[in-house]
Amino acid sequence: MNLNDLLLEKRSAILQKWFDLIIETYPEETAKFLKSQKNQFSNPVGHTILEGIEEIFNEVLGEPDPEKVAIYLDSIIRIRAIQEFSPSKALSFLFLLKKVIRAEVINETPEYHMLEELSVIESRIDDLVNISFDIYMQCREKIYELKANEVKNWTYRLLKKTNMVKEYKAEC
Amino acid sequence: MAKTTQPAKPEELSKIDYTPPATDWLETPVEFKPGTYCHGSRIKYLEEVGFPNPREWAPSDEDWKLPANWKDIILEGMKERLGKYRSFQLFMDICVRCGACADKCHFYIGSGDPKNMPVLRAELMRSVYRKYFTTGGKLFGKQAGARELTEAVLKEWWYYFYQCTECRRCSVFCPYGIDQAEITMMGRELLNLVGGQTDWIGGPVANCYKKGNHLGLEPHAITSNIDYLLDDIEEISGIRPEPSFNRKGAEILFVAPSGDLFGDPGTYTAMGYLMLFHEIGLDYTWSTYASEGGNFGFFTSMEMAKRLNYKIYAEAKRLGVKWIIGGECGHMWRVLNQYMDTWNGPADFMVEPVSPITGTKFENAKGTKMVHITEFTADLIKNGKLKLDPSRNDHLNVTFHDSCNTARGMGIFEEPRYIIKNVCNNFHEMPEDTIREKTFCCGSGSGLNAGENMELRMRGGFPKASAVKSVQKKYGVNMLANICAIDRAVLPPLMQYWVPGVSVCGTHELLANALVMTGEKKRTQDLRLEDLPGIEEEGEGEEEENV
Repeated sequence: MNLNDLLLEKRSAILQKWFDLIIETYPEETAKFLKSQKNQFSNPVGHTILEGIEEIFNEVLGEPDPEKVAIYLDSIIRIRAIQEFSPSKALSFLFLLKKVIRAEVINETPEYHMLEELSVIESRIDDLVNISFDIYMQCREKIYELKANEVKNWTYRLLKKTNMVKEYKAEC
Repeated sequence: MAKTTQPAKPEELSKIDYTPPATDWLETPVEFKPGTYCHGSRIKYLEEVGFPNPREWAPSDEDWKLPANWKDIILEGMKERLGKYRSFQLFMDICVRCGACADKCHFYIGSGDPKNMPVLRAELMRSVYRKYFTTGGKLFGKQAGARELTEAVLKEWWYYFYQCTECRRCSVFCPYGIDQAEITMMGRELLNLVGGQTDWIGGPVANCYKKGNHLGLEPHAITSNIDYLLDDIEEISGIRPEPSFNRKGAEILFVAPSGDLFGDPGTYTAMGYLMLFHEIGLDYTWSTYASEGGNFGFFTSMEMAKRLNYKIYAEAKRLGVKWIIGGECGHMWRVLNQYMDTWNGPADFMVEPVSPITGTKFENAKGTKMVHITEFTADLIKNGKLKLDPSRNDHLNVTFHDSCNTARGMGIFEEPRYIIKNVCNNFHEMPEDTIREKTFCCGSGSGLNAGENMELRMRGGFPKASAVKSVQKKYGVNMLANICAIDRAVLPPLMQYWVPGVSVCGTHELLANALVMTGEKKRTQDLRLEDLPGIEEEGEGEEEENV
C-alpha cells in the first residue's frame, strides 16, 4: 500500500483530527461552538475552515493546482489574519496537518517507501505554507489600504471641491 | 561512543503553543491590541459639550487619569440608572444564562472571543451589580458571581461595550427579551461619567452640537455641496432641480443623514432624494441647521442624544412646516421612532402626515409627524405616481441588507424591498437567517465606524459578508442595497475585504436611476456617472459612421 492510498483510506479521520486541532486554537467555549454549530451562516468561521481543509487536503494528495488551492487557503487565512492571532499562529493550521499525518503514518508501522512518500507530502505542505505567507501579507496589506482609504473617502469630495485633487480620465 | 542530544521538537524551537491559555473569564484581563479599539476622545470634544474628565489619554495607557473618586461616580451612576430605567434593573436581574444569545452576536461569531457572547458581555456589568447592589453578592462575593469594581474591570467594560454595535440581534433570540443594546448603552453612559469617550463618537457629537451635523458642515458648505450634486444630476438627466433651504412656509421639512451629503456612495442616494422630490414637485425644504438626522449622542448618553435631537422639532416649528420626511439612515430612525416624541415632543404644532401626491395618511407617524422616505416612496409607486424604467438598473444584480435599527427597531422590511423590486429587474434575497429581524449587523454601527479599529470591523462584519458572498456565488450579485448612511460608509470596505466585486448603494440611488423624469434627456449614465451598458449617446453612432 502506498501512502496516498493509506491517507485516502483515513481521509475522514485525518480531516476530523485536523479540524479539531485547528478549532482548539480558539478559546475553549468558542471551540465548542465552532465544532457544534452546523449552519453555514450561523457559524461562518467553522464552516469556512471545514470546507477549506477538505479541499486543501485533496490538493495535498493530488498534484496541487496553485491557483485552486490558493482560493481555499485564502478563505481560512483571511479570517485568521484579522482575529487575535500572531502571524505564526494564524498560519499554524498547516503545520497541524503535518502533525496529524505523521501520527497516522507512525501508527501504521510504515515501510521505508512510505517514509519517502511522506517527505514528498510534507514538501507539498511546505509549499502551501509559502503560498500562505503571501496570502497573509495580502490580507494585512488590504487592511492597511482600507484604513488609509477611510480617511481619503471622507474628505474626497471636499478635496475635489477645493481643487486639491483632480480626476484624470484616461485619454484614448 | 559520543553522547547524542535529541533535536528539539518543532514546537519547542519556535515556542509556539497552538492552544490558548485556559483561564476563567474573570481572570483574563483585557489586552488592548491595535486594530480592535478606537482612540480615546480629544480634550476639546468633551469640553465643547461639557462631558466630564477631558484629558490627554489613550485606552492602551496604564494610567487612564481617572478622577480620584471614579469608583464612587460609577457606582452612584449605576444606582441612579437602576432607579430611573426599569429595563436596566430587570436586565441585571433576570438572565438565567440559558445561552440562547451566546452565538447570535456577529462580534462573537467573527472574533471567537467569548467575552463577545452577549451573555458574558452583560455579565461584565452584572458581576459588579451583584457585588454592590444585591445581598447575595455582598455576602458571598465570587461564589455568587460578584466582583469588585477595579480599574481593570472598568477597562474591560470599555473594551467590550465598544465592541457591541447595539444591533439587538441577540435580543431577538432571548426568551426573556433581554436587550443587550440597552446594557451597552448603560455601560457607555457610565464610562462617559469618567471620560471614557471615543474620539470617533466625541467628534461628531461636538460637531453636531455646534453646527447641527456630524461632519461639522456649515450652512454654505451644505448648500454648495448640494449644488455640486445638482451639477451631476444635470449632466446625467439634463434637469437641474432647484431645492430650497431654510424656507419658511414649506409643507415638508426634509432631514437626511449628513453622511449622504459628503461621502460616496451616500452622495448618490442624496442625488436620488433630490431627483425624486423634483419630479413629483414636492413642496419641501432642506434645513442647514437641522442638517443631521443621525445622532451620535445616542452612543454616549440619553441626555446628550436628547440635546442633539432637539433641533429637529425646533427647526420644524421655526419654519412652520406641516410634517417631516427623513432620509435613509439606521440609528437616526431608531432615535426618531422610539425616543424623539418622548424627549422633545409632543409635536402638536404639526399635522398628521398626508402625502400631497397620493393623499395617503401615514397613521403610523401620527405621534412623531415624521415619515421614513421609503414609506413615502413605496406609497408613490403603489399609487402609480412614478414612471420607472427598471432596465436602467439591468447591469446590477441586487441584494438588500436590512439595517439593524430600521429592521429590529422599526420593523421596516417591506418598503425598501418593494421599491427595489419596482426599479430593478434583478433582485435576490440573502439566506433567511441573515435578513429581516435576524439580520446580521454591518459590524461598524453605534459609533464603531472609525478607521483605526478596522480589524474589529472586519470581524464583526464577517457573518454579513458570508451571507453576501453566498448570493454572489449563487446569483452573481454585484450590488448591496441598504437604507442606512453608516452602512453606505462601512459596507464598501467590508466588501472589499471579504467579497470583492460587490458595490454598495442606497435604495434611492437605484430609484433615481430608474426614474423617468419629465423632460429629461436620454440617459446614458447612471448616478455614478458611469456609462449605462448597451446605451449610446444620441448621435454617437452617426459620428462614428461619418469618420
